[in-house]
Amino acid sequence: MADIKFTEAHEYILVDGDIGTIGITDYAQEQLGDIVFVELPEVGRAVKKGDEAAVVESVKAAAEVYAPVAGEVLETNKELEKNPALVNEDAEGKAWFLKIKLADADELSKLMDRQAYDSFLETLS
Amino acid sequence: MTRKEPSAATRQNEGANPTYSGNRGLLIEEPLIFEVGDPAASGVDLPDAPETASRLGTLARRAPIGLPGLAEPQALRHYMRLSQKNYAIDLGLYPLGSCTMKHNPRANEKMARLPGFGDIHPLQPESTVQGALDLMALLTAWLTELTGMAGVALSPKAGAHGELCGMTAIKAAHDDKGEQRSVVLVPESAHGTNPATAALLGYGVRTIEARGDGTVSVEAVKAALGPDVAAIMLTNPNTCGLFERDIVEIAQAVHDAGAYFYCDGANFNAIVGKTRPGDLGIDCMHINLHKTFSTPHGGGGPGSGPVVFSEALIPYVPIPYLMRDGAMRRLVESEGAAEGRKPFGRLTAFHGQMGMFVRAMAYMLSHGADGMRQASEDAVLNANYIRASLRDVMSQPFGDQTCMHEVLFDDHFLEGTGVTTLDFAKAMIDEGFHPMTVYFPLVAHGAMLIEPTESESKASLDQFIGVLRDLAEAAKAGDEDRFKRAPQLAPRQRLDETRAARQPVLRWSAVEPAEAAE
Amino acid sequence: MRYLPLSGADRQAMLARIGAASIDELFEDIPENVRMGGLPNLPLHAGELDVERQLSKLASKNLPASSLPFFVGCGAYKHHIPASVDHLIQRSEFLTSYTPYQPEIAQGTLQYLFEFQTQVALLTGMEVANASMYDGSTACGEAVLMAHRITRRSKAVLAGGLHPHYRAVVETLSLHSGHGVTALEPIPNSGSDEIISAIDDETSCVVVQMPDYFGGLHDLAPIAAAAHERGALLIAVITEVISLGALKSPGDMGADIVVAEGQSLGNGLNFGGPYVGLFATRAKFVRQMPGRICGETVDAAGRRGYVLTLSTREQHIRRERATSNICTNSGLCALAFTIHLSLLGEAGLRRLAELNHASAVGLADALSEIGGVELVTPEFFNEFTLRVPGDGAEIIERLAKKGVLGGVPVARLEPDRPDLHDLVIVAATEVTSKADIAAYRSALAEVLKP
Repeated sequence: MADIKFTEAHEYILVDGDIGTIGITDYAQEQLGDIVFVELPEVGRAVKKGDEAAVVESVKAAAEVYAPVAGEVLETNKELEKNPALVNEDAEGKAWFLKIKLADADELSKLMDRQAYDSFLETLS
Repeated sequence: MTRKEPSAATRQNEGANPTYSGNRGLLIEEPLIFEVGDPAASGVDLPDAPETASRLGTLARRAPIGLPGLAEPQALRHYMRLSQKNYAIDLGLYPLGSCTMKHNPRANEKMARLPGFGDIHPLQPESTVQGALDLMALLTAWLTELTGMAGVALSPKAGAHGELCGMTAIKAAHDDKGEQRSVVLVPESAHGTNPATAALLGYGVRTIEARGDGTVSVEAVKAALGPDVAAIMLTNPNTCGLFERDIVEIAQAVHDAGAYFYCDGANFNAIVGKTRPGDLGIDCMHINLHKTFSTPHGGGGPGSGPVVFSEALIPYVPIPYLMRDGAMRRLVESEGAAEGRKPFGRLTAFHGQMGMFVRAMAYMLSHGADGMRQASEDAVLNANYIRASLRDVMSQPFGDQTCMHEVLFDDHFLEGTGVTTLDFAKAMIDEGFHPMTVYFPLVAHGAMLIEPTESESKASLDQFIGVLRDLAEAAKAGDEDRFKRAPQLAPRQRLDETRAARQPVLRWSAVEPAEAAE
Repeated sequence: MRYLPLSGADRQAMLARIGAASIDELFEDIPENVRMGGLPNLPLHAGELDVERQLSKLASKNLPASSLPFFVGCGAYKHHIPASVDHLIQRSEFLTSYTPYQPEIAQGTLQYLFEFQTQVALLTGMEVANASMYDGSTACGEAVLMAHRITRRSKAVLAGGLHPHYRAVVETLSLHSGHGVTALEPIPNSGSDEIISAIDDETSCVVVQMPDYFGGLHDLAPIAAAAHERGALLIAVITEVISLGALKSPGDMGADIVVAEGQSLGNGLNFGGPYVGLFATRAKFVRQMPGRICGETVDAAGRRGYVLTLSTREQHIRRERATSNICTNSGLCALAFTIHLSLLGEAGLRRLAELNHASAVGLADALSEIGGVELVTPEFFNEFTLRVPGDGAEIIERLAKKGVLGGVPVARLEPDRPDLHDLVIVAATEVTSKADIAAYRSALAEVLKP
């Protein structure tokens, strides 16, 4: 069953078995403004929890996307290289950044679920 | 390259009176030189080259370059028309915080163009340029006197380059002592060049938070100091326009920890003749000649960023530097010739921005000690006058307090209006003012940083204040449209920066980018 | 004071609104023990006449290039600048405007930068160029850092013909940012073999100046091929930009990054600054290119316009992660460059280059006829190296006393290389007259008389 978790840095990870699909949340894309460029990691790279996994650039800001949990990069979303605007259109769906093979599923427990993330967002406004 | 006919897109169709040409009275649309020029045209008459046997071997150019040329009248028109689309200090107030857009005296330009300064080569025999070396020595003397420091590195080409100079000297000093220090302290309000410079040198950056009034406390610095800290980089007055009250204690704490104090001198204009960075405990400070000392901004450059140093760092100052050899002045241009010193290297070819040295010197001689002090006082007075005149209609992130040469507002007063700082800024354009610095420093939400400088008359300030009051009221009264559509009266309306970044077109091409596939 | 418009009454009124009794109250945040009591120990203000006299006195102690036969080059060159150039760059709207961060009221600056970028790309045979750097030497240093980022390696190989100041800048930057440098020996007329054999799998870039600082020419194509084979980049360096009017472009020879000193077009000698650095590269590397970049777009009314773009590489956004710490470009100097080049046009630039070359050929022929003087660089553009029978620096000094500024003794640039101290680098441009050449010839012959 697919399960979605969130970080305070506004990354999400959609977990299915031992594959995690990582991206940034709708809140994050709205904060950043029009996305103009996405820099994705190399397939095969190993990331630890908290490592910089990708960079997303808008006209006025650049933000690091951190790996919510450790794993190995299996695939990156080529669509974002051609069409960075997709991040604004469908951040939590089609505009995923990368997929990893989870190294340690226990790390997921430290992340927020949807309800906790939504509550967290309320504290920010 | 054929002349483009005015298209529907270039016709000004909003409002009344669209014109055929796309021009609007004196504001004339001007295509690119590639669209109006011709490779065979030229505004320069040159004689035929005499027949000689070429010494270019196989490397002579065969292919055309594709450059357009213009006869002189057309060239003048082209650039004149472009010039009309620019705002400038000579047109009006430029309230850009941290940029010090003061008047650029024309006498400076005249002096810089004296053949004895403008027409000398950096590698001529030193005996033929003693006057130039004298001028560099004079500038050194004035800068060290004004800052209370021991010496100057004149070669950095701009402020950020000066930062690199100062921080590299600090690194060299630590390296020389065998100290392994890997961290630089930077306040959260710092200008982006500060952490960028530290990172370039391989340092990690440790951020120091501001206290409630926007300044850095000595306690916060002490908490962040450690044996791994190489230096602190502070701006004083800081980027919120406030004098760092704890600066002397901070300097003491930094030195006690074996670290050095780098000061970003971008805001020096507030304190010239009022206090000296050397007395505050600073080890090095870059000076922006194009800010404090009036050399022109030129649409983005050239700048000049000499760095003043304390005794402790003088040995590491880069080449070239001035020295005396009997009655002559010379430049020390190699490490081998640097007796008694350990220069960290060379930052640029030749000796520095001589053209800007002359201009800055003309400014300093004109103002003198009394004029420069008066300039600082007027700069601070003008900023506080703006503060006092707007504090009831605009919001300040750290409460209302005396500022130095610049005053910081945030977007709190726009809450609920739907108008952002950006919209507010664009609406100022229609009123004939260049916007203030926006979204910097990052510590304020929707920051608006206003620095009038001492060059503004009271009448000019009053008009500016009147405009901002009117805009603040209009925003609160719900006139969102005026702000969202602004600017309407400038040569261009808001430009699509997203498109420019997503589909970069960074040059003219003979083939339209869309046709070129890819 | 002529630059300070506030009157005493103004100041009083303003203090009243602020609610301060005196200006000193506004400076109370300065700790008392560090407030200056009196004025700085410097002269008081002076009128324009006074200032002119003081500065003119200093200026008169210098020997301007136009006042005598002049042959000094080596990274800065004496050319004729059309009167329109200086006139236009003194337009207030160009001179006293700021960086075009508010593009709606800076289209003048942005459009000329777009034109400048295009001209630089065309000249260098590359796909994109930035809106200028401080100068050629710092552009060179930045190019090396860019190559390290792209290749993820950190060793640069510098050809021996790279201007010693440029070499020093790269070495300084590399030393303190933790990168490696292999600087090859400065030998006039060394071929490409030495450079090629220095490239290995750890090399990020090879930096080759062309024409080199001795004036010699190099075919970059085999060096580019060798570099690419090892996954390294070729950085071409040009200190005399007018050479591009007569020589193959580095882009055509396979360069990945081209940096140049643009001073020769539009900008006077100015004792070394301000100058203007040119920086161009391939489109695929554009996101790693430092400095400001201007791009085309449209405004809300659908009209074509220009903005600074790709700024997320820059320090004001990326901060620690910026591609460099650079803040300014060389705005007004870039404007002077682009105006001069627009006035010249393609035909004018080619002819100017021909004139430069012809001057230098005439000069080289005349000087190498003197006994003991040997032309060391058989192929050159407008600058060449002579071997003289004696100490080069001393001979240059004696020529100066005879009213000829004969060039740059290599000793000045390579003080630790006595084996090169009999070499002198000599430049000639379109301003070099037959009389100048004759004067040099006779002065040198006299100086060398036993």
